[in-house]
Amino acid sequence: MRHRKAGRKLGRSASHRKAMFRNMVTSLIEEGMIQTTTPRAKEVRRFVEKLITSAKRNAPSLVDGAVSDAEREVLVQQRVAAIRQAGKFVRSRDALQILFSEYAERYKSRNGGYTRIVKVGRRLGDNADMALIELLPKDYVDARVRRAQSVEAAPAVEAEPVVEAQAEEEKGE
Amino acid sequence: MAVPKRRKSRAKRDSRRANHSISAGVFNECPKCSAPRQPHRICSSCGWYKDRYVLETVEVEV
Repeated sequence: MRHRKAGRKLGRSASHRKAMFRNMVTSLIEEGMIQTTTPRAKEVRRFVEKLITSAKRNAPSLVDGAVSDAEREVLVQQRVAAIRQAGKFVRSRDALQILFSEYAERYKSRNGGYTRIVKVGRRLGDNADMALIELLPKDYVDARVRRAQSVEAAPAVEAEPVVEAQAEEEKGE
Repeated sequence: MAVPKRRKSRAKRDSRRANHSISAGVFNECPKCSAPRQPHRICSSCGWYKDRYVLETVEVEV
């Protein structure tokens, strides 16, 4: 029985699944948004979120904030180790670079939940339930938080509409 | 192996199938372009979701 074993298998062997998620995570980091099936999108979250959290804990600004050379040395070593660890999963150096510079800083004040999934509809051909998964924009404030803030203080700031081209899913089916 | 002894009557068969009907899908009106749109999904005609942002360029089906 698969009691207490979280995660979908998606009809793949463990190695196939891992390979697929590595591709998807890499694409998501590079493109910022990918379109895929809803179950896959929900699974990718587990992987990207962990990578981003690890990048955050080793953000460049933390290293810059070191008070002594000795502390700095330690932080740099930790950062390098974290980058190498992430490099075992992420497929491209570009993605690693973006992860540990841009995203590490972007999500500093956010405790998890760096992604958003929006359902798209059904795919022509196999009727699969499709969704977009994207990494949240820089200053994105959750609707609930915004409402709470607007009750407390000044009127909420509206998120401006962004027109974005459809990101291609790198991985083939 | 267990095997049916008697053929099921038409009434039995049909009353079993009485619950096999399918229901119509649910559609709402898109608040932006007022085209029919599935709930919790991007509007397929204007590409908006929740009054917030455009997500997809709209593709034309053949």
